[in-house]
Amino acid sequence: MEAAVEFENVSVRYGSYTALDGVSLRIPEGAFVAIIGPNGAGKSTLLKLILGLLRPSEGEVRVFGRPALKVPAEWLGYVAQFKTLDRSFPALALELVASGLRRRWPFRLSAREREAALAALRRVRGEELADRRLSRLSGGELQRVYLARAFVRRPRMLLLDEPATGMDVLGEADMYRMLEQYQREHRATVLMITHDWEAARYHATHVLVLNRRVIGFGPPERALSDECLRRAFGHVGHPHELSFSVERRDA
Amino acid sequence: MLEVFALPFMQRALLAGLLVGATASYFGVFVVQRRMSFLGSGLAHAALGGVALGLFLDAEPLFVALPFTVLIALLIAWVRERTELGGDTAVGIFFSLSVALGVVLLALKSEYAADAMAFLFGSILAVTPADLWAMVLVALASLLTLPVWGRWAYATFDRDLARADRLPVLFDDYLLTAMVAAVVVSAVKVVGILLVAAFLVIPAASARLFARTFAQMTLFSILFGLFGVVAGLVLSYLYDVPSGATIILVESGIFLLSLLASPKT
Ligand SMILES: Nc1ncnc2c1ncn2[C@@H]1O[C@H](COP(=O)(O)OP(=O)(O)OP(=O)(O)O)[C@@H](O)[C@H]1O
Ligand SMILES: [Mg+2]
Repeated sequence: MEAAVEFENVSVRYGSYTALDGVSLRIPEGAFVAIIGPNGAGKSTLLKLILGLLRPSEGEVRVFGRPALKVPAEWLGYVAQFKTLDRSFPALALELVASGLRRRWPFRLSAREREAALAALRRVRGEELADRRLSRLSGGELQRVYLARAFVRRPRMLLLDEPATGMDVLGEADMYRMLEQYQREHRATVLMITHDWEAARYHATHVLVLNRRVIGFGPPERALSDECLRRAFGHVGHPHELSFSVERRDA
Repeated sequence: MLEVFALPFMQRALLAGLLVGATASYFGVFVVQRRMSFLGSGLAHAALGGVALGLFLDAEPLFVALPFTVLIALLIAWVRERTELGGDTAVGIFFSLSVALGVVLLALKSEYAADAMAFLFGSILAVTPADLWAMVLVALASLLTLPVWGRWAYATFDRDLARADRLPVLFDDYLLTAMVAAVVVSAVKVVGILLVAAFLVIPAASARLFARTFAQMTLFSILFGLFGVVAGLVLSYLYDVPSGATIILVESGIFLLSLLASPKT
């Protein structure tokens, strides 16, 4: 099968700091990859390389067989790591979704664009958000709108940087359902950064454990081995389990 | 009241006012949303250096001030991009430099001090045909950049998203900065160096108060800008007071009304 993403000995340096060090990787098309690793591990940096937002200091990044910058933007649907929205910018949720369609801020939407944007919002169960102002949305609602924006252009690959941030438990379960449905319909590749190992174990076809280098990459049961997790995080066991044991001791 | 505009110099003033009113309030929406107001006021002062240079060289002041100020603007953008100095510091440096240059040049040719005053406070009734041509030129250039609205707006909303979509964000930044500089220079004769920044920002700020979308904000801003110019001109004629200041007072009135009328947030 064709590779969606290939890294060949890729390093990224910010000044004297090495964020990624000799990463080699081959992600097959159609995979659902969960990327995990501690804060500062270079996870967002990896996605930015694929998007062409960053150039590697060394090595080569190929996306669908092409250099990253030669890949049509329409092929990639990106949800950036949650950051504070510029709430002073006047915009409706539907406009943000439509911006993914034409790669411009829309002055006015054609009937077709409106329909496509609404369909994308429907996909994330966000129809009722369409005519709401962005500045009035809650964090979780906003994340869903960004997700719809990534869907609307029917990308071949979704690049999601902690997309569940701000979503409630049901919303998160919903999100996985949406992603899997989209993947089935479009045979798309999904790369998702997450801190939720359990969800990764359950939903992903591949897990990439990253800590400036590739610690492990493969099917969840192999990549999420105790050995890999210890090397990436310095301890084993899901963070939830850690806090649980503390609570029990208190009780 | 409309017979006011039967007078040829008033027609020229009206045309000049409408041209710079529309362009300034159009670019004002980007200036407001990108928090570039200080750049606007800095460039107005830089224009003083350009005007003085024009007077000193016995050339048409605006035609010297235009390239001069655009150059200063590009330098500011370049310093901001290349260094970790804040944009405001870069503006501060180049704006003082231009003003200092202007003061020295004007002192060397003191007979032009009166002409310089027309630029400092604006004198729309003294708009010459050459000034008008400069304004037409800038307005045409603005029209040519209309297709860039969607790119500028996109990058204003979120730079990284625009970059991920392969938009030439950096080029667009320079283009916007250069256009703002050109618009500022073309408006200097109408409202004066001291008030240009307000002329740029107030219509957009008023529009922001009740616009739900960026497109609405843009349209309302232009509308307010045009209304401010026409009403300001008529009032300044009727009461025989300086036109530039009157235009700004009218626009400020619009802002206050918008403030009262807009829904609380
Ligand atoms: N523009 C930059 N300049 C300098 N250092 C940077 C820059 N961007 C990221 N870094 C550094 O590179 C490292 C990796 O950053 P990255 O954002 O990829 O981490 P991450 O794995 O996504 O972390 P998190 O889980 O906190 O989001 C961090 O130590 C960060 O401080
Ligand atoms: Mg990150």
